[in-house]
Amino acid sequence: MAAEIEFAAVPIKVTVNGVKHEAVVEPRTLLVYFLREHLNLTGAHVGCDTSQCGACTIQLNGRAVKSCTILAVQANEAEITTVEGLAREGVLHPVQEGFREKHGLQCGYCTPGMIMTAVSLLETNPNPTEEEIRHGLEGNLCRCTGYINIVESIRWAAEKMGGKNVSR
Amino acid sequence: MFPASFGYVAAHSVEEAVQLLTKHGEDAKLLAGGHSLIPAMKLRLASPRTLIDLATVPGLRGVRMDGNTLAIGALTVYADVASSELVQKHLPGLVDAASVIGDVQVRNRGTIGGSIAHADPGADFPVILTALNASFVLQPRSGSRTVAADDFFIDFYTTAMAANEVLTEIRVPLPMAGSGTAYVKLPHPASGYVVVSAGALITRQPSGSCALARVALGGLGSGPVRAVATETELQGKPLTPEVIAAAAARAAEETDPEGDTYASAEYKRHVAIVYTRRAIEAAVQRASAS
Ligand SMILES: Cc1cc2nc3c(=O)[nH]c(=O)nc-3n(C[C@H](O)[C@H](O)[C@H](O)COP(=O)(O)OP(=O)(O)OC[C@H]3O[C@@H](n4cnc5c(N)ncnc54)[C@H](O)[C@@H]3O)c2cc1C
Ligand code: FES
Ligand code: FES
Repeated sequence: MAAEIEFAAVPIKVTVNGVKHEAVVEPRTLLVYFLREHLNLTGAHVGCDTSQCGACTIQLNGRAVKSCTILAVQANEAEITTVEGLAREGVLHPVQEGFREKHGLQCGYCTPGMIMTAVSLLETNPNPTEEEIRHGLEGNLCRCTGYINIVESIRWAAEKMGGKNVSR
Repeated sequence: MFPASFGYVAAHSVEEAVQLLTKHGEDAKLLAGGHSLIPAMKLRLASPRTLIDLATVPGLRGVRMDGNTLAIGALTVYADVASSELVQKHLPGLVDAASVIGDVQVRNRGTIGGSIAHADPGADFPVILTALNASFVLQPRSGSRTVAADDFFIDFYTTAMAANEVLTEIRVPLPMAGSGTAYVKLPHPASGYVVVSAGALITRQPSGSCALARVALGGLGSGPVRAVATETELQGKPLTPEVIAAAAARAAEETDPEGDTYASAEYKRHVAIVYTRRAIEAAVQRASAS
């Protein structure tokens, strides 16, 4: 009994892809599992589960973060964007389009994380060089090792967005 | 992987956090960015029964000027340290360090206070902050106390902070006119943590000689190590490449690094000499440009 109170579930409010959610979560619930299992948003993947691979990358209050290393309770009152929230009315985000145009994926496992990191990169640096792209992706691993096309996809998106800071 | 069950409390003031720590004792841990603590909890290397969240405490974020000191809130994330105009203007060496920690996502979550409190032997901020002669403001049950970086890092993951204290602020004295700061790191290719790193604060007299040198090394001990012989060797001398190289050659004196599968002790000592030279050269260059 005492233990149940001690480890009491905690109410949280989050806005995910523009939709407000209220939930009561066990404190140890990781944000990535909250998104995947409570909200059925399975875009953020669990790759390594040890903070290395970036497959679980989402935007938390506008910043790319690894959702396997954040507790759902830490996201209370936050705005979250997952890969599902990038397309608008069926129109893909330029980074998503770039990955399609330039074959930026093979198995696709790392792709949602790559795209979310790339979207954040282009928000702060709309016209990155190849080196800046590679540096910006250091927290994302592609097990299929398709880095060359990933970099080209992001360059394609930067050009499509006109090197401008398109805040969406 | 899930952490073991725990209770979660969002603290709303430092006083409340200290009270909660005192109440729960050994079973409780403070939570900042969570980027050392949560991985450790997922691996069950740590299983606190209560987490006290500091991120919900107002006023612990941001960089401000306080007289001749730059005061950085303990909950300021690395990305915000690196992009702070005050830090960029006065302490480029701190920007060097904040920009090479982990990766973009880690830099968006990890906090300067968490890095200092955690005292990982492979961490970056302890090293540069020792070189910069920083001090750390700790809040115990009543009042507050300030501990110099030189006295703070005691052993692997062990600091001068008591179990029921909260680190609230990192204070870095503004370097005197004619100073330069720099930090260079050899990261482990897989983990990104420090294999060897060097931070330097150099003050140059108008004549070109060295008025002050503080050099700290990472990766050679349980925490940051001052390169005392190097500092002494530079004192009062003209900051020529030859003088810098000769001083740097003494950087690893009196250190006893542990070798591992990636880097032997001998290799670490050698890298320490090379990186000390690079850090001093970069600091001198910035001093000349300022
Ligand atoms: C993939 C990855 C790569 C990394 N690479 C690097 C790297 O290259 N260099 C590097 O330096 N670090 C690296 N780190 C560690 C990272 O910098 C952590 O963020 C940091 O060590 C801890 O800061 P935090 O805010 O996340 O603290 P937390 O994980 O929340 O806390 C760490 C410890 O400090 C205590 N604590 C936190 N804040 C306070 C406070 N204000 N007062 C008192 N106690 C406090 C906590 O109780 C806990 O015991 C990496 C981490 C990951 C996941
Ligand atoms: S699953 Fe989060 S970083 Fe790999
Ligand atoms: S496309 Fe397969 S992991 Fe990147």
